[in-house]
This record gives sequence, C-alpha cells and structure tokens, in this order.
Amino acid sequence: MSDVYIMGVDMIKFGRFPDKTVPQLGAQAALMALDDAGLTIHDMQALYCGNLGQANAMVGQRILQEIGQTGIGVVNCANACATGATAFREAWMSIKAGINDVVLAVGVEQMGKGLLGGAGGGAGIPKEGLLGSGTMPAVFAEAGLEHSRKYGTTFEQFAKVSVKNHHHSTLNPKAMYQIETPLDVVMNAEMISYPNTKLMCSVNVDGAAAAVLVSEKKARELGMQRAVRVRASILTSDPYSDRDLVMPDVNAVTRKAAAEAWEMAGCGPDDINLVELHDCFATAEILHYENLGLCKDGEAGRMIDEGEVALGGRVPVNVSGGLLSKGHPLGATGIANIYEVSTHLRGEAGKRQVEGAKLGLTHVIGLGSACAIHVLEKVS
Amino acid sequence: MSEAAVAGSLPVVDWLKLPEGEDPYLEGHKCGDCGAIFLGVRSVCSKCGARDKLAPTKLANKGKLYSYSIVYRSFPGIEVPYISAVVDLEGGGTIKGNLIGVEPDPENLKFDMPVEVVYRDALGRKDADGNSYISYFFQPA
Repeated sequence: MSDVYIMGVDMIKFGRFPDKTVPQLGAQAALMALDDAGLTIHDMQALYCGNLGQANAMVGQRILQEIGQTGIGVVNCANACATGATAFREAWMSIKAGINDVVLAVGVEQMGKGLLGGAGGGAGIPKEGLLGSGTMPAVFAEAGLEHSRKYGTTFEQFAKVSVKNHHHSTLNPKAMYQIETPLDVVMNAEMISYPNTKLMCSVNVDGAAAAVLVSEKKARELGMQRAVRVRASILTSDPYSDRDLVMPDVNAVTRKAAAEAWEMAGCGPDDINLVELHDCFATAEILHYENLGLCKDGEAGRMIDEGEVALGGRVPVNVSGGLLSKGHPLGATGIANIYEVSTHLRGEAGKRQVEGAKLGLTHVIGLGSACAIHVLEKVS
Repeated sequence: MSEAAVAGSLPVVDWLKLPEGEDPYLEGHKCGDCGAIFLGVRSVCSKCGARDKLAPTKLANKGKLYSYSIVYRSFPGIEVPYISAVVDLEGGGTIKGNLIGVEPDPENLKFDMPVEVVYRDALGRKDADGNSYISYFFQPA
C-alpha cells in the first residue's frame, strides 16, 4: 500500500463571517490548499467534505459549484467534532486503497454563539436542568472532576490550560483571539459550569481548513520538499464502559485510538514533538495528556504546573492556541489541527515554531463518541 | 412517596416507574450474560452483544456521588445555579440528575458522599397538553 502525503494544506483565519455561506468558506480554504500544493481543482480525483451544521445539504458539491464543477465524486461527512478529521481520513483511505492518487479534503463550519448540547429531548417536558445538564461545558466539567476525584486535580490546574493556550494564540495570526489571559483572569471569568469558566470553554467561530492528499507516486512527481507523511490515521467509537451512556467516556475512546495509532505509526508518545489535541474545554485537555500517553496516569496536573506542555517545553500541546483560543468551528477543527502540525513539520510556523519538529500528533473527539488521531511526519 | 407526587402525573422518563399504591422506583435492564445494567428498555446488550437476555431490575434508591458540575449558565428559562450530579447506585447502575438539598458550592460536595434518590414534581414543568410530571432527584443521605 502506498504511503499517503499531504502536499497542500491551509486554513482561513477563524472568525465570524455572517455574510458568507458555508460553501463559500469551504471554497476559500480549498483554493488556499490547492495553491499550497501547486495544483488546481482539475487535478483532484475526489472531494471529501466535513460539515456538521448542514450535514444534509450537500456542502461538498456546493463547494465545487464555487470553485469548479469537474464532476468528481464527493463524500459529505458528519461525525460531531471529529467531522473534519473523518473527512481527511476518508480521503486518506481512498489513496491507501489505490482508488485515487490526488484528493481534496475540506472541513468547514459556521457556528452560532452560545451553548451547545442539552439533556434529553424527546417527548414530554424539557430535561435540561431537571435531570442534570447535557450542556457541553457541564459534560466536560463532570469528566474533569472525575480526574479530580482520582488524582486531586485542582480548578487552578484546569485554568492553567487556558492561560497556556491563550498565550500560544498570541503567536498565531490565524487564531480567533490573540489575547493574554493571566490565571486570575481565567479563574475569575464568568463561571459557566464549575470548574469551567467562560475562558475555559472553546470559542464558537466560523472557519474552514483544507488539505490535498496524494499517493507516494504522485508525491515523488510533485517533489517532496514540503510534503508531510501521514504515518497513522485512526478512527474509533466509544467502547463500552460502565458510565459511558450517562456520562460520556472521552477517555476510553481516546486511549483505544492512541494505542492503534502508535501501532500503525511504529512509534510512541516519547517520539512526538508536538500535539494538537481536543481542548474543547480546559478540563478536557488535562485528561488527554494521559489518554495520549504524554505522561503517566495521574501526572497531568504536574505536566501543566511544570510547563512541559507549553511552547518550549518537553512536548508542546496546542501551540496554535487550541480550540480554547484559536476557535472551534466543529467541522473544520480536525483539518485545522492537521494544518497546524504540518506547518511546524515544514518549519513554517514563524514565532510559534516548535524547533526541530519531526513528528506530530493531532487528536479530536466528537461526543457521542468518535475519536480521530493522525500521526504526521516531516519528510525531508 | 413525596407529597408533591400527585395522582395523574406522568414519569419524566419511561424508566421511572409509578406503580399504583406503591413507592416510585427506577428501573434498569440487566444483561443475564454479563451483568451490565442499562436505563430504558432494550433487547441487545451493548457490552457483550447478548440478545434477549435483558431483564428488568429495580434500581436502588441509595448511591454515591461519582462526579458533578455546578451549572451557572444554561438555556433560557432554566433556573441556575444547580448541581448536575452523576451517581453510582448501590447494586449497580449509574444515573444523572439534579442534586438538591445542598448549597451549590464545591465545598459542600465530596466525591462518594452518600445520596438518596427522591421523587418530586418536575419543577412545575408541564407538557403541551398540560400534564404534570414526576422526576427523580438526589439529596444528601
């Protein structure tokens, strides 16, 4: 089977674009990725499009109606917050299978403001605030406090994640925000769902990201100088665990994906130079240090305290600013993370460059649940 | 049975049972092969895949606080703050609900604190036909 390479990848600056349509935002990122690869829509053999909000509305085809109706096959994907990564993986699989040599993957989302989630719809009366909360800040607060009950993780340690990621985003011109948020500001921000304050919740923004994936044969033809090799692409769903159906278990689904990713990539967490992981809430990031094996179980609090996950630390996490500050357009996030890691592997990340980065990992979780992990490698 | 549980009220979820003349209770479905407990009726076990082995089982009204969040921001019309609690029941089964009878402050909430399941009117919420509902809540035991 051919190795798969990223030849072009880019994202629009995340923000709020009420005057644009979803296909227009996707088209913008698609053209940027094609330019980055030095290719055109006429070179693409298929399009894999990820979008959640208009999952039944043929977003991929409407992107082609913006940038070139070449008649290629389009697959539209929806997989909660793993939507973009799932589209990317479908593109990867088509090359692995020998069906295609050059394909385009696009992730795009237009978000409203406000809370996502909510407990139990259906018949009868609303259940939110009656049978607990199904809002995302509360769900991830409960997951975070599960870590606290095991290891004594504190509100302050969770808050430090936000301080770090907001700091990182000051170095990323494509992030929604470039604002420092000191610890007291994070901890004293409006409490949404204890222990997540407003600054510990990801930002709802509009965004799009895209990648051009090619086979090894095509990569050699185009030149390997800026190519990024996909060493592993993994997708899991939530395996049974005792509380999962009441309290979504974001740990087991990630641990399973990580184990499979290391096996496919033939490397381990100690080999990884940077990680973009799913910090939808500050509480979530702490869990994933351990879930991804960046530290031993119970050491995540120490990792954030000692700065091991900050730019310049042992294994920088979310140097893009993460979902907390770069923003979280659901369907775009999975490919935006791949853009970030690829940019470091290419040595093109400017002020936030992780020096000497050779291997990086991206991770997203869609609640419900889906986890996607990609391990990416610098080629030359 | 709580004073608020008036005749004619409906259960908030179909696994809250209101047998006539008896105390309300929560019903799980337990897999005869692997012992996994689920809420609501189902025919296949998602832990082991066994079919037609799930039998109704009465869940305990006592349990321990496993995890929680104190919710300060919810959807319009939902009164805040409140405690969203995940409780492990004695004998198996995990349920989520509002923890009442305690000030919503982390200082008052200890992991594994004992709680009991109580049955009350569903905060005055009514459906489109004007029916009132009985819900379950947790309170410190």
